Amino acid sequence: MVDRIADPWGPRTPYGPGERWPVRVDSFLADGHTEADVQRWVPSASILHSNGDAMDIAVVDDRIVGVRGRPGDRINNGRVDPKDLYGWQANHSPDRLRRPLVREGGRLVETDWDTAMGRIVARSKELRDGPGGWGHFGFYTSGQLFLEEYYTLGVIGKAGLGTPHMDGNTRLCTATAAAALKASFGTDGQPGSYTDVDHCDAIALWGHNVAETQTVLWMRMLDRRRGPNPPAMLAVDPRATPVAREADVHLALRNGTNMALLNGLLRELIHRGWYDEEYVRAHTLGFEKLCEVVEDYPVAKVAEICDLPARDIERAAELLGGSERLLSTVLQGFYQSNQATAASCQVNNIHLIRGMLGRPGAGLYQMNGQPTAQNNRECGADGDLPGLRNWENEEHVAELAKLWNVEVDTIPHWSPPTHAMQIFRYAEQGSIKLLWISATNPAVSLPDLARIRRILAQPELFVVVQDLFLTETAELADVVLPAATWGEKTGTFTSVDRTVHISDKAVEPPGEARPDLDIFLDYARRMDFRDSDGNPLITWTGPEEVFEAWKECSRGRPCDYTAITYERLRSGGIQWPCTDEQPDGTERLYTDAVFNTDPDYCESYGHDLATGAENLPEEYKAKQPGGRAFLHAVAYQPSPEVPSDDYPLLLTTGRTVYQFHTRTKTGRATQLVHAAPESWVELNPADADKLGVGEGDLVRVESPRGAVRGRARICGVRPGVVFVPFHYGYWDAADGAAPGQGRHDRAANELTITAWDPVSKQPIFKVAAVRVVKEADSGGRPSPAPTVGGSAPLAGADIPATVGGPAAEAPSRGE
Amino acid sequence: MHLAHYLGLLHKAQERLGDAFTEVGEAHREEPDVFHTCQKLATQCRGHAEKLAPFARRYAEDAPAEPDRLHSELFSGTRSGGLGLLRDLQDLYLMAAECDISWTVIGQAAYGARDEELLAVVKSCEQETAIQLKWLRTRMKQAAPQALVVAE
Ligand code: SF4
Repeated sequence: MVDRIADPWGPRTPYGPGERWPVRVDSFLADGHTEADVQRWVPSASILHSNGDAMDIAVVDDRIVGVRGRPGDRINNGRVDPKDLYGWQANHSPDRLRRPLVREGGRLVETDWDTAMGRIVARSKELRDGPGGWGHFGFYTSGQLFLEEYYTLGVIGKAGLGTPHMDGNTRLCTATAAAALKASFGTDGQPGSYTDVDHCDAIALWGHNVAETQTVLWMRMLDRRRGPNPPAMLAVDPRATPVAREADVHLALRNGTNMALLNGLLRELIHRGWYDEEYVRAHTLGFEKLCEVVEDYPVAKVAEICDLPARDIERAAELLGGSERLLSTVLQGFYQSNQATAASCQVNNIHLIRGMLGRPGAGLYQMNGQPTAQNNRECGADGDLPGLRNWENEEHVAELAKLWNVEVDTIPHWSPPTHAMQIFRYAEQGSIKLLWISATNPAVSLPDLARIRRILAQPELFVVVQDLFLTETAELADVVLPAATWGEKTGTFTSVDRTVHISDKAVEPPGEARPDLDIFLDYARRMDFRDSDGNPLITWTGPEEVFEAWKECSRGRPCDYTAITYERLRSGGIQWPCTDEQPDGTERLYTDAVFNTDPDYCESYGHDLATGAENLPEEYKAKQPGGRAFLHAVAYQPSPEVPSDDYPLLLTTGRTVYQFHTRTKTGRATQLVHAAPESWVELNPADADKLGVGEGDLVRVESPRGAVRGRARICGVRPGVVFVPFHYGYWDAADGAAPGQGRHDRAANELTITAWDPVSKQPIFKVAAVRVVKEADSGGRPSPAPTVGGSAPLAGADIPATVGGPAAEAPSRGE
Repeated sequence: MHLAHYLGLLHKAQERLGDAFTEVGEAHREEPDVFHTCQKLATQCRGHAEKLAPFARRYAEDAPAEPDRLHSELFSGTRSGGLGLLRDLQDLYLMAAECDISWTVIGQAAYGARDEELLAVVKSCEQETAIQLKWLRTRMKQAAPQALVVAE
């Protein structure tokens, strides 16, 4: 038995390059159940992070009692993340929403579905039929719904209402991954496969604390590191995360300076001749410009900008340049930081100039943070058109119009789909009057929360929230719809490496809660959306029918699903594209170094990465990419907020291994709650000394936008940087402050700035200027921060270890 | 040689554009992307003006008196709201377009004067001005439908 709170990564199963990753089956059954008394095992995959780990749900007497990893699955080979081992228990929480709620005299009161939907539909019709109809609707979804739900919502929004105002919290999470992939390779879609870990000889982690965000992927990396001929490892992160501690080279750079570092590294690679001239010539465009721009970034200058030892930058370049099979992974440290898309494209550049794509071990993951983010991007319930189509390509839009049998101009394609931050801005200004939020919690997850609360509370804004619990956002809604969740509904979703899994319904949802798909279909029926011939716009009634419809939409596009069926998925994940010609799916993209940049095929005509200015179609065509990838070159620019005398420190935010998103589920699973019960503030010992702060002292962190309180953890975060985890909101805050009122001094996003990357429009969460003030002594109690992960105390600090005890014991067996 | 006058014209136009970017950005602080981008572009414009200054001085030595009505006024203050934003961006667009064509004109003159140094300045700056125009166009395209059709 393993205490997977004390050891989130479980026992090692070392292996060598090119070998198959050994199977290790993790499971956890609660309430004294054993595998012998499980009546049904229902296929599913993780929805509490983006790794895509496949598992089976254990059912006894129509109740979920636990989970077990799928030994044969290509992604996890049986392993399960601790969030998944324990998180399902939230399904049974007594505070699940069981009936719809509507606002009456300022309070939310229970009602029936007819009343709740009736209100939404009445308001919708009134808005649709008035002037500027389509423009009054905004949809803000998730990275946690299923493909079928996104596709249905995408059709409702884009062909039914005709609104461009649809986005998801994938914007906070993975928008930059999509933007960087489009910019470099022509369309979205990860080039690599998780099996690249098995083959690589170097792993570079760019702003990616994979040990805490995707634990199973980290287990795979660790197992390679403990086996023969382990891969070298580079970590870029201002914190001493488990990844940084493991790495051979750790660059703890100043937040906001990724672009300078990457320009410097590229310059080193080019100067030292560590690039593949032939690949560059045959398969890329823009090398000369790249050389010209990076020339400005000699190591000494980069060392200064990033505040790093020059020698470490050189060692990093040697590690990258000396590898033969380089694997890179990129996440929030880049995506949520200054110059997000530009910096992420520089990672693509490293792979392009070194020819490190399309073969085993030469992989690149522009990661997702959320489990179904990829699907939102594919299906068009966010700022993309379904099937990775290009909104500026008339042909692409016409294909959709034909598929849905609507007029071309119904589909909003006159300008790019509205991004999340702009949707909230339109709501603030009053032109968006109905905002429908599903499966996400912007009142905790968006930047500058005081502003977000103000917007959601505006009386003229009709807010619909569809979720499992009365979240901080739901409390501000006019109508709350109780949704079914994972295990209570059927659908599919796709991992970072394009592996599609099915998640089948295992049990009934509680009370009157309904699958998100049913809610959207009910709305469509009540709104009576019609196609050009007067027939119902949406003809499907259940998940499998949507999946079949989606397959048609994906046909011929990079994310072609046409040869996948529900039946096939029940025996294991399949990687798209999967067609009649490639019935087993596709492990790696760009094996022939032909990229999706053809003007008729590409998803975007590209942007100026510094301003976000769009290229005109003719400009793009004039480049004659002919299947070559783009090497983008951009100069470093300081971030919009830098430290000042008033706010001398830099704030960064991020995750802990024990929680997900805003803790809607993980905050209701005992083992996870005990492991990381409260928010905290990480300080470096040097800064703590100056401030007179010791371990466990209560401090106040202030930015120009607000303040939060937490107990200080003295640890290995970079000097000058303060870290606050972003999971914590107010529904279970100690002082009971409800979202609309009372104290708001807990959520990291009280502090963050409203600013975003010009291309991906992803908000900048990783750079805000703050000051720290001590409020009270610890009284001898250490900070509640876990001793596992990035918040681990310094060696020698006498702080009791984070453990789960008997309640967290979970078997792990080899096969 | 009249080159000095056009250099002066562009120098002034770049300075004015820089100031206008700053003003428009400040006036629309509530649109963070507009605010931040305008700040960046204002700095860029001032950089352009600085790079032009030595050439303007150099050529001024053999220039006749400045002709009448050389300079034009394209910007007279900011507005507020969604519609105001569009109009303000449009002003910036026209001002940037004036700079854009002036770069072309001066580029031609630099060829004529065999002035490699000036030509290098023109080549680097005109690209940045072109991107400014593109950004303004992109941002206006994005804002127009909501501001003109939906907002009350
Ligand atoms: S919580 Fe993590 S996964 Fe979810 S949106 Fe934020 S960054 Fe992405």
